[in-house]
Amino acid sequence: MSRLLIRHARVVDPSQRLDEGRDILIEDGVIARIAERIDGKGAEVLDAAGLVAAPGFIDVHVHLREPGFEYKETVATGSAAAVAGGFTAVCCMANTDPVNDNAAVTEFIRTRAAEAGLARVYPIGAVSKGLDGEEMAEIGEMVRAGAVAVSDDGRPVKNAQLMRRALEYTRLFDIPVIDHCEDHDLVAKGVMHEGPVSTRLGLRGISAASEDVMVARDLILAELTGGRLHVAHASTLGAISRVRNGKARGIAVTCEVTPHHLALTDQAVADTEYDTNTKMNPPLRSDEHAAALLDGVLDGTVDCLATDHAPHHADEKALEFDQAPFGVIGLETALPVTYDLLVRGKKMPLSRFVALWSTNPARIMRLPGGTLKVGSPADLTLFDPEARRTVDPDTFRSASRNTPFAGRKLRGWPFMTIVGGKVAFRRERR
Amino acid sequence: MTVKAASHLRGKDLVGIDQLSPEEIQLLLDTAEQMQEIAKRPIKKVPALRGKTVVNLFMEPSTRTRFSFEVAEKRLSADSLNFSSSGTSVEKGETLLDTARNLEAMQPDFIVIRHRYAGAPHQLARALKSSVVNAGDGAHEHPTQALLDALTIRQKRGTLAGQVVAIAGDLAYSRVVRSNVILLSRMGATVRVAGPPSLVPPGIEALGCEVHYRLEDAIAGADVVMMLRIQLERQGKMNFPTVREYYDFFGLTPERVKLAKKDALVMHPGPMNRGVEIDSRVADGPQSVILEQVTNGVAVRMAVLYLLAGGHGEPVAD
Repeated sequence: MSRLLIRHARVVDPSQRLDEGRDILIEDGVIARIAERIDGKGAEVLDAAGLVAAPGFIDVHVHLREPGFEYKETVATGSAAAVAGGFTAVCCMANTDPVNDNAAVTEFIRTRAAEAGLARVYPIGAVSKGLDGEEMAEIGEMVRAGAVAVSDDGRPVKNAQLMRRALEYTRLFDIPVIDHCEDHDLVAKGVMHEGPVSTRLGLRGISAASEDVMVARDLILAELTGGRLHVAHASTLGAISRVRNGKARGIAVTCEVTPHHLALTDQAVADTEYDTNTKMNPPLRSDEHAAALLDGVLDGTVDCLATDHAPHHADEKALEFDQAPFGVIGLETALPVTYDLLVRGKKMPLSRFVALWSTNPARIMRLPGGTLKVGSPADLTLFDPEARRTVDPDTFRSASRNTPFAGRKLRGWPFMTIVGGKVAFRRERR
Repeated sequence: MTVKAASHLRGKDLVGIDQLSPEEIQLLLDTAEQMQEIAKRPIKKVPALRGKTVVNLFMEPSTRTRFSFEVAEKRLSADSLNFSSSGTSVEKGETLLDTARNLEAMQPDFIVIRHRYAGAPHQLARALKSSVVNAGDGAHEHPTQALLDALTIRQKRGTLAGQVVAIAGDLAYSRVVRSNVILLSRMGATVRVAGPPSLVPPGIEALGCEVHYRLEDAIAGADVVMMLRIQLERQGKMNFPTVREYYDFFGLTPERVKLAKKDALVMHPGPMNRGVEIDSRVADGPQSVILEQVTNGVAVRMAVLYLLAGGHGEPVAD
């Protein structure tokens, strides 16, 4: 029997309303006991004094790029980035090549993840075959192979009828349909948030309305069908207020917000003079939108945080702003960016912070983690709320470097990530 | 408002008017006036930039601006290299950064860049030691155009401060309007812009202008009427119905010119779409200073290169 004892941690587990100094005993990859003082006889002992121990953080929105775009990221490098960022599990989007629109691709991703043996990787299947937005993919087969949700992310589900049918059909499996809410006609050739900053910079704008229109449509369809709608990377005031109203009406809707949309605004594009690492979709919005996202996170409208980790090769990002691909990576900066902003900046209770990154994502995707109750898989994130470090892309495990946070001094870094009782990542403490 | 000229430019590059203080704008205009004197000599050449190399990197079609820079460079005795391509770096399979590094390897002192995408000059300026001069980037800025417009207005009207300048046309896709609004408002002029509401980008007033939809409202009592080219090649089919209807509402006709001050200047950055945004009777009429704008372009570009090279005082002294 393998035994691992974590000593002197501040254990924060919203699923048990726990926030106390505790020892945690892990036996054979499962939480065996949590108590004030546990005798460590025969166990490997880890001193976690000064660290917060939480149920493993889960990122429900990442792009691992494999198969097809291994020069940007692989399941292995993405898993390594995940555990280095404090994530014990990630849900990866279907816009690979070939698209994850059938069980064979789903199984391939799971095999690659098992080979890497770091984070748990839960594939998200495509809603439509080839992400074409016309024909429904074999959702049931993919669920059987391990898919936990469906999404055409990277694109919206353009056809309203398909969205309706997908919301209906997925009720059979109790999985959410995740929509990347964006009306392509309204986006036109936009490359950043439409507003005074895009006007000054002479870049084509992406209006907030292009997102709001789709969120409104999806809420209407979710109400009609009773299906579970999850709004990916909500970035506008209108999206948040519509989700808030939808919840009040009893619609089965959840939503996520990314660290970069909370921490940055469209002003970053101007301040960095067209740095393509400030280009992503949805774009960095203006102050009022970022403030509305923060309100939504604080009042519970926003169910969880998610990175939308979107690796791109440096050569692709070295192009003109108009030509560079949308997307930034986030796995290895998410925890300190949001800890600094929410817990230090907004005095959010730690238990709420952990819920946003662990308890709630597990609930939305019906994953086994999100709790440290005895008998649960021993997935833990241990972070140091005081540790202050500078974001240095050269130290990233990800195969890509496209972060907008390079050079930022942040607090709240992960120091140990345990997956199934195994230490998957450990950072030296100074 | 009187602005004292700065003694030098602070930046290594000229990527936009937005980076310039009123004092620097004043210095550029004063220097351009001195440069005009050179064009009146029998030998229109001074050795100010002898031994300096300028790469004219035009990645979007341009005649007027490219020739204007070339003439300016020759009059200052710089060595010019011309590189034209209508494609972008990505179409040629080379990143902008690689293009930049290759150019840098030839050790030019200046890179004058025209590019179809906003921000390309900024990306070059960051990566290169050479001075980068923006000769127009996407729908962002065209700083030397705004400077030559300002020089023309100043010489014709005596001052920029207090002038009422109406700028009309395609506000969404025009780099000329952005640079002009920023420059003129910074120098104390009142700027009105007008265009179809579907071509007015959000927040343009924050650049320093009043927004009108009806052309007549913008022109009324103005000292200067500047018409913008409708960028037919950049339009989708949803911004306004037809060129015919555009002329009907936004074309500068002799009747509409009468709404401005009697001696108002008529300007256009070129190339003109005659019969679309401007009637030929106006373009070729007595109030038009359109060709003087072109002449002034050379002096302004000489001043930009001269000052970025660290020049000061009398450029004509050998």
